[in-house]
This record gives sequence, structure tokens and C-alpha cells, in this order.
Amino acid sequence: MEKCLTTRIVGASVPRKEGADKLLGRACYVDDMEREGMWFGATVRSAIPRGIIRSIAFDRHIDWSEFTVVTARDIPGENHIHLIMTDQPCLADGKVNHCEEPILLLAHPDKHKLRKAVAAVHIEYELLPPVFSIEESERQDVIVWGADNLLKSYLLEKGDVDSAFSRAAHLVEGEYRTGPQEHLYIENQGIIAEYSAERGVTVWGSLQCPYYVFKSLRAVFDLPEEKVRVIQTETGGAFGGKEDFPSNVACHAALLAMKCGHPVKVVYDRIEDLAATTKRHPSRTRHRTALDKEGKLLAMEIDLATDGGAYATLSSTVLSRATLHASGPYLCPNVRIRSRSWATNNVPYGAFRGFGAPQAVFAMERHMDEIAAVLNMDPVELRRRNFLHEGDTNATEQLMREPVILDQLLDRALTESDYSARRRRFAQENSGSTIKRGMGISAFYHGSGFTGAGEVYLNSLAGVDVTHDGHVRVLVSNTEFGQGTNTILTQIAAEALGIEYSDAAMAAPDTGTVPNSGPTVASRTGMVVGRLIERAGLQLLALLREHAGLGASHTRDEFFAACARYRAAHGELVSLCRYEAPPDVHWDDEKYHGEAYGAYAWAVQVAQVAVDTVTYSAEVEEFWTVQEVGRVLHPILAAGQIEGGVAQGIGYALYEKVVMQDGRMANNQMTNYIMPTAEDVPPIHVYFEQIPFRYGGFGAKGIGELPHDGPAPAILNAIRDAIGIGFNSIPLLPEDLYAGLVSNQPAEEPVLP
Amino acid sequence: MRGNAQEHDLVAPGNLGAVLDLLAAEPGQWTPIAGGTELMVAFAAGKLNASKLVSLWGIPDLRFIAVTGDSIAVGAAATFLDLRRHSVIAAELPLLAKAASWIGSVANQSRATLGGNLVNGSPAADSSPALLAYDAEIEMISVRGARRIPYCEFHTGYKRNRLAPDELLYTIYLPRRFKRHTHYLRKVGTRRAMAIAKVALGATALVANGLIHEIRLGAASLAPFPARLMATEAALLGQAIAPETIRAARRALLAEVQPIDDIRSTAGYRRRVAANLLEEFLLELSAKAKRP
Repeated sequence: MEKCLTTRIVGASVPRKEGADKLLGRACYVDDMEREGMWFGATVRSAIPRGIIRSIAFDRHIDWSEFTVVTARDIPGENHIHLIMTDQPCLADGKVNHCEEPILLLAHPDKHKLRKAVAAVHIEYELLPPVFSIEESERQDVIVWGADNLLKSYLLEKGDVDSAFSRAAHLVEGEYRTGPQEHLYIENQGIIAEYSAERGVTVWGSLQCPYYVFKSLRAVFDLPEEKVRVIQTETGGAFGGKEDFPSNVACHAALLAMKCGHPVKVVYDRIEDLAATTKRHPSRTRHRTALDKEGKLLAMEIDLATDGGAYATLSSTVLSRATLHASGPYLCPNVRIRSRSWATNNVPYGAFRGFGAPQAVFAMERHMDEIAAVLNMDPVELRRRNFLHEGDTNATEQLMREPVILDQLLDRALTESDYSARRRRFAQENSGSTIKRGMGISAFYHGSGFTGAGEVYLNSLAGVDVTHDGHVRVLVSNTEFGQGTNTILTQIAAEALGIEYSDAAMAAPDTGTVPNSGPTVASRTGMVVGRLIERAGLQLLALLREHAGLGASHTRDEFFAACARYRAAHGELVSLCRYEAPPDVHWDDEKYHGEAYGAYAWAVQVAQVAVDTVTYSAEVEEFWTVQEVGRVLHPILAAGQIEGGVAQGIGYALYEKVVMQDGRMANNQMTNYIMPTAEDVPPIHVYFEQIPFRYGGFGAKGIGELPHDGPAPAILNAIRDAIGIGFNSIPLLPEDLYAGLVSNQPAEEPVLP
Repeated sequence: MRGNAQEHDLVAPGNLGAVLDLLAAEPGQWTPIAGGTELMVAFAAGKLNASKLVSLWGIPDLRFIAVTGDSIAVGAAATFLDLRRHSVIAAELPLLAKAASWIGSVANQSRATLGGNLVNGSPAADSSPALLAYDAEIEMISVRGARRIPYCEFHTGYKRNRLAPDELLYTIYLPRRFKRHTHYLRKVGTRRAMAIAKVALGATALVANGLIHEIRLGAASLAPFPARLMATEAALLGQAIAPETIRAARRALLAEVQPIDDIRSTAGYRRRVAANLLEEFLLELSAKAKRP
């Protein structure tokens, strides 16, 4: 096992770069910004899930001459949001495919005039039959997308599943479901746009991926690269919800700005944000598993389906990640995974931390406990017998070349949580109490970076430069939205260059300034972009050694003196590096075979849960999470990522229910969409084992998504341990626990006086 | 923020007499606003249907807690933080202190008032089960004078009450005779904090010679408004707490409550949990009665 390098800055919990500005209220979010002569924009949205727009009428009580109105006809370029596919219109043109679909846009200098004006646009529709569920969509009685409602499908095969089933000692089947989940970033979606014929389109906004927005604006406005500029403002949380959606808001604000001739601000309030923006894909996963007498996995057949909503958005890549995580961190010689994403007339689902993996891991890890019950085996032992190890291959037959320490993670999780002793104690105490306690476990891995050849296609470019006033800037399009990008990338730059942390800063996240280092998604920033910055730093030192007399070892002052000499002689001092794939990486995108990810992060989580049989509520009382994420770049930020992911996972499991009524979110207010508060989140114990990954930034692998994958199955497994009933669907609310607990009890009849 | 402040008038006369004069001059035209924790949420959602608002904030005649020999008088504009911090309430009426600690967040509690909670009249009102269990009375006031009624008669329907268009809720009176009672209050919310009750039950009872001598049950989210469970109380009064009594009381409660399916929960869940809470209270009462 490799040791961590001795470092000065990487691995230390330095103050976060933008921390003081956020604490002191100096950080400038998009709604804090004003532009001279700025107007405000609002969106007129579909009131129905599917239909033809028959007429649009403007109420006479409003003086429409004060307003700018934009329809699909005002779009100079393509009427679509540029993403993997081009099926989603920027503005509905003649037909709508989901509730809240944008139809037209209004702008006015007084934002208070907008709400009444939105309500005064009367739209008549001819209703078409809608589809709201995976089951309705796969029946294909009503076709709402393409020829067959199928947004994407994958088939992954390893070995010979059918013959393995014929010699199985045990066969276990199960069906598992997960619901939508809302991101609940603190700051809602928001953009300010400006347009001029000379400079084209400029937008400022709350977003994750400046170059995604850049590409969308180019398509909608039919503009060359130099006439589109996207600047990320301080962003108050994202979790994937600002990966693809800001492109929609940016195109809308910019269309209004072009037509009204003023800068236009479009900021959603929470009600609109909850109703109209993306959420996590709902899923249904069916497992059929063959095992031998000793409880070793012989074959897995997995059928996974997601609801993609009305347009393709990122459903294909979310489904890809779900497929690649569906069989868990286990060795199984025969695997068949068939996955499909179905179109419906729900608001399009989109990226959300974990990106399909939490859905797949929920099914796999709940299923492991059901298998253990059938085999009458300890769920811990079942997992241990089937863990992947170094030298094994997973479902895509990717060889595990790096050390795999699942046994070590499991041992630590069991020790730290005092798992066995607590289980024994609860088994004794439960019989005499209305509170039933249990312990549950989950084990999983999460692929870091883009899938398969994705990083090669991204072809990321990133680097550092040194300004004339002696500041090192990190040049990336990767963004800070609370997770620590600014801090870890400047740590890496300072470490690589042998200077102080305070000497390095982030260049403005502005497509006019920074190169395209890819999106800030997929747990790729620390590993992939971090590595580019590390390489760019070393390349810059080599440049200074060759051309500016920098010695083989140097002090901070010697570094900056060399920079000054170089600049005097050669002008700009910039070092950029392009992504290079690690050697021996092969991926077959047709067969879904080969190196699915450059690296995997691994984790074992343990939940202690108490079920109150008076109120049927389940609460997580304590949580342990042990993970191997490569080198930990910043211990406090890393632990914060893990704690936040666990808290979000607890919400996913027990609290957060999107109530859909005819394709519309009925509980689109925070009083009714229930996320856990600090009172509901238990003590979370976080432990890292560190194995540096040679192709990651100073040894880092992905961390951001991993912790969200495991809490839901661990919690529901703990509930099974507590009360002996396995629940296979999340969110699991008290009303669902009540239904499960009392369904086999005789009804209690009220007696009328 | 969907509300537009320019569409609302707000006046702050600063004393009780001036507020009552305003209500008398234009009955039903003015909506009193105290802490604003309910009305400002409606305002933010663009749903505040009150064009004229009269502020009750900062009026000393409305914000007081006065302890006399046999009762505690709480001004309608006393905040939940005032209630939480009051030593006599904490000692003698712990359910009210507990309920106050459950309202929204600490920030809400320093603005939200007891009177506002009652006049708003949510079926899920946090303070109501405790007030019903403590047999509270309320006093209403107008330029025509004051009148006093039992709190359990205040609510008359969903978000409807006995206040006349020119009247204000003035004082809540809590009798000081519950020191020997067993007190019970449990709120089943959607989470531990910042939660709206899916079911809540408040109760006080006195057992004498092994029989239930006195009992009051106050319920939230089980009817269109917070209410006493009179029929269930009647089924328990004079009874010894035995398994059959508990079963009978559960059946009486199931016959009496009228919860609904809504965005937060289901009627079936609410009914069952309400019965479970009653049973939990009766078992506590029985255990306490058996102790020397």
C-alpha cells in the first residue's frame, strides 16, 4: 500500500478561500447584484401535463405596452436547450409535455408587476393523455416521447447468467423503489443577462458548469464563441441541481435582455424552484440473485428502470451510472443488468449528487439483507464473503488494479459502532419497550469522474498562471458551490509550486478568462482537475528552471523572483495541461465492458435506528461512515462532505417526499416538503482510510457523491433489524411504517356512542 | 417574495384603546397582526388577503403574564418565548411551556404570540392541546366591553371563531389547580423541529381511589379545529384504568375524531396514532396512580 507523500498544505485544514466573505456577508450572490437599468423577468408556464396550445390571450386589465414579451418566435437560433440530446425546447412552441414547462417570458422594470401579469396570460390547451409513471410509460399504450417512450437503455452482461441459475442453491428475488428528491440548495436558481450587438450575450448566475450554459446560449442565439460569456456568481449550493438547469434560466433571461434592451434578472422563488426545476430520478429495480450453499454470489440478474420525465436531459448518463453501480462492490461471475429510462409527463428529472448510484445502491444493499434473511446468515458475513478484492473483476470485468480494502473498512465500521454488542443489547431490550432499536449496514463503491471514455471526450484543459502583481491564479472552469473547490485547487497549486496557500487564488469563474476544464460534477474535481493543476504546477516549475534560473529547490521568494524574470523576458507566464488518460484503460461503450471509471471510492456505513411503535416514526440515532477516498486533501472539508451527504441520505430515506398530483408537485413549499433539520440529524462519526491514487490530484479520488449512496439502505436495514419487517421503498414515512406494521393486525372498530 | 408591500396598509396605533377604536370604526376591515409569523408567510407566498393591517406589536397592554392566587393571565400578544421563560408556567403548566418550545424555530418563538396562534385557528395549532387540557378561558375585548368564555368554545369551525368583527382576543386565563394532576402532551410532527403537527394530544387527569376523577383531552389535527375529546373523556370518567377501559377509550376516540387525508399525512394514520397516544397517556396515568 502506498504511503501519503509528506506535504505542507495538501492534507491540512487551511481556511476556506471564500470563507471569510461568506461569514461576513461580503459574498455576492446573483440576487445581490444590480446592473444599471436592469429589468426583471418572469416565466409563464404550462398549467397542464400534456397538450396542444390552442391560443394565448393577454388580459386587457394589464397595460402590456410596459412589458416585454418573448415567445419561441423570438429565438434567433435553435429552440432547444443544448445537452446530450436536443429534444427540450427553450420555450414551448405549440405543444407542452409537462406541467410548468416554460411557454413565454415577461420582463418589466418593476418586479412587483410581474406576478399579476403572469396570471393574466390566458392559455387554452387541447389536452392529450399524459403518462406519469414508469409502469404507464413501459406499457407504451400512450407514446409521449420518440417512437416508444424509451429515453435510453443499456444491457450489461458478464458470464452466463442463465446456466448459473440452474445450479443455484438459493434464489432470491426482490423489487425496490426510490422516489424523487429535491436538491434544496439554499439559493434558488437565478441569472442576470445582458445583450448587446457588439458584445453578444453575457450572463452572471448561480451555476455549476459555465461551459454548459455557454454552449446552450450559443445554440439559442446562434452566436460565435467570442460573443458569449458566462460568469458564475457565488453559488449557494447546487448538488447537481445547477448542472443542467441554469442553461434554461440563462437562455430565458438573455432572450428577454435582447428584446427589451436592458439587463434582465430572473430569480426563482422557492415555490417556483420546487415546482419547475429538476429532481432526482425515481427508480424501480428488480433483483434476481443466485447463490451457492455457502452464500457466495453465483449470478445476478438486475432490471433497473428510471422515470426520466418529459425530456431526455441527463437521463441517459444518470442511467449509465445507475447501471454501473447496480451490482455493488461484490464479486459475481455472472451478471446481467438491463436498464431503461422511460419518458413521462413529469417535470424532467436531472442530475443530483450520486447521479443514479443512490437508487441502484439502495436496491442492491437492501437486497443483500433480504438474501441474508433467506439464507439465515448475518448480513455482515454475507457481504464479507462476496466483497471485491484487488485482482478481481467487477460487473464490467474491470480489473481491480488498486488496493481494495473493503474488509478493513468493514472491520473498522463494526468496531467503531460496537455493532455486534449493540445488536445483542437491542434484541434484549426491544421486547419490553415501545421503542425498537436496530443496526443496519451498507457497503458500496462510487466511480470517480466521468464514465468510460467520458474524461477523454471532455478533453479538459486547466492550469495556473502568475499575474504581474505576483499572484498565482488557478485557471479552471470548475466552480465553488459550497463543497470546497476553491480551497482544494489552490492548496494543490500552492503545494505543487512550493509557495504559500495565501499566494494562490482562483481566477474568476468566467468563460472569458478560464479554459474549459469540464463540468463540476461526478466527483471529478479533486481527482481529475486536481491532477491537472498538480501537473500544471510542476510544468511551470520546469519552465522557470529552464528559462528563469530557478534552482532545483527553492524558497517562496526565489519562486516569485524567477516569475518576475520570466515575465520580463517572455511576457505572460501560463502553464496549461490537458487531460491524459491513465494507461491500459479500455472501455467498450456498446457492450458496457471494461474500465468504467478511473478509480473507485469505497465505503461502509452503519446506522442505528429507533422505531417508535406508538407513532410509527423511525429516527436515526447514530451513524458511522468509514471510507477510502484516496488522499484526503482537506480533512475538515472532506468530513463536511461526508456529513452533508449522510444528512441528505437520511432525508432521502425517511423524510423527503415529493407529492405528485397529476404531474405537478403538490408540496412545493418548505413547510410541506420535509427535509431533516439539525435536530433530526444524529451524531455522524466519520473515518477515513487513505490510499493515494496515483492519477489523482495529490492522490485524491472522488468524495462528493459517495456518502449519499449508502445511508438509505443502511437505515432501512436497521429498521428490518429492529422490527423484523423489510421495507423496499423510499421515502419511508411514518404513514408507510404504519401501513406495514398494522396491515396484518385486526382492524380496531370505533364504537359510536 | 410574491407579496407586494405597496398593496397593503399597515398602521401601528401603539396602544390598545386606539386599536379598538379603529376596529370599531371599520369593523371587519382591519386584520390585526402581532408577531406576523403566520401572515408574513402568506404574504411571502402572495396569498395574504388582507389589505389593511393593524399592528399589535409593542403594545404593553397586550403583552403580559400576570400571576394571581388562582390563575395566570396571559396577554394575547405574549410571545412563546415569554411563555417558555416564565417560571410559574414552567412549574405548574409544563405542557404550555413544552408546546411553546415546539413552535417553529427560536426565531419564530420570539415573534409568534399565543393570541395569534389561537386566532389563526389552525387545526394543528401547537398551543391548543395544552390550553384545552388546562381548561383555559379566554377574554375578548372591544369598545363595547369585555367578555369571557371557555377556550374550548372559542373555535366554531375551520379557521372560524367567536370573535366579533370589532373584537380582539385579549387575555388567556389559566387556572392554577393542576399541580396534582398527571400531565401529558405529545406532538407527532413531520420532524423534530420546525414541524406542523400531524397529530397532537394534550391531557390532564386526576385519579382518586383508583378511579379517574377528572380528565381533559385536547387534540390537534383530528378535527377542523382544535377540540376537546368530550366523548372520550366521558368514556373514561369514573373508570378504573384496566385493559378493557383502555380498549373502550380507544374505540370512543376513534368514533369521535374526524381527521383528514392531506398533504402531510393520512386520516388512517392520524386515527391510529391518536388512539396510541391516548393509550400511552392512560398507561402513564395508571403507573403514576400505583406509585405511593
